[in-house]
Amino acid sequence: MFLIDCPYCGPREETEFSYGHEAHVHRPAGAAAEKLSDAEWADYLFMRKNPKGVHLERWVHTHGCRRWFNAARNTHSNEILAIYRVGEKPPKGLAQ
Amino acid sequence: MVESYRQQSPLDHLALTTHPARHADDAGLILGQRSFMELINLRGDANRSDFTDAVRHAVKIDLPISANTAAGKLAGPHILWLGPDEWLIVAKPGSGERMATALRNALAGQHAAVTETGQSRTCIMIGGSHARDVLAKGCALDLHPSAFGAGQCAQTLLAKAGVILHLPLAPKGAEPMFEIHVLRSFAAYLWAWLEDAAQEYGLRVDI
Ligand SMILES: [Zn+2]
Repeated sequence: MFLIDCPYCGPREETEFSYGHEAHVHRPAGAAAEKLSDAEWADYLFMRKNPKGVHLERWVHTHGCRRWFNAARNTHSNEILAIYRVGEKPPKGLAQ
Repeated sequence: MVESYRQQSPLDHLALTTHPARHADDAGLILGQRSFMELINLRGDANRSDFTDAVRHAVKIDLPISANTAAGKLAGPHILWLGPDEWLIVAKPGSGERMATALRNALAGQHAAVTETGQSRTCIMIGGSHARDVLAKGCALDLHPSAFGAGQCAQTLLAKAGVILHLPLAPKGAEPMFEIHVLRSFAAYLWAWLEDAAQEYGLRVDI
């Protein structure tokens, strides 16, 4: 059984969760967004990290509290190194 | 509210009142149903005392703030924790509308939401000495009494169906029975799954 520690409900089985892809992807805003080239827009829309190792990603507790949160997961070992709430920064040492 | 003469439990077509296991002795598992409970979804900020005070005033129950806990008296309405700012109020048949109105009045002007979801779910009751064993066949929660005792609840999956599991306090001398709040459209499937999972322990249907 692979347990994920929901920051609200506590440890629950993986099947209760859904993966939400890379975290901390910020939509270009303000004046900078007006001047963005097509290539830069494409980079924001489509290009994602695909590391072998620590990945900062979003998860949602679909079949529980339905809240989103962030996780730092090693994509190689599937070990979850940290769980932190939306709006929080990744723990020191795990930031990419 | 649904006109009462049109009310129909999602398990009606199973004719459970004529179920062969109605009078079984020595059953390790007891299944039942509480139909027509009326549900209200409540959202708000539990850190604000004007919110918690208003809920206490309208429902006469202290809002459960701790994760996976429920509050309520025997036979009365219950409030189940669903998330950090979300609760499910389980009201007795016919009382949901009145309670929702009382909540809306008490919460007027606050950043809160009261949404009646009526009889969107039915409540399957499961008890007996092997209730936890049967649930564990299809649910990954830690169901040991030390981890999931009376007064606790959880939104989870049971046999792949989304459910809200709740173990209310039992009346003195009575056996505790889990409540499984399941969406109406999943109820017949889940009932069939529970009957099958109960085979090895012996089943009694208390309807
Ligand atoms: Zn959760």
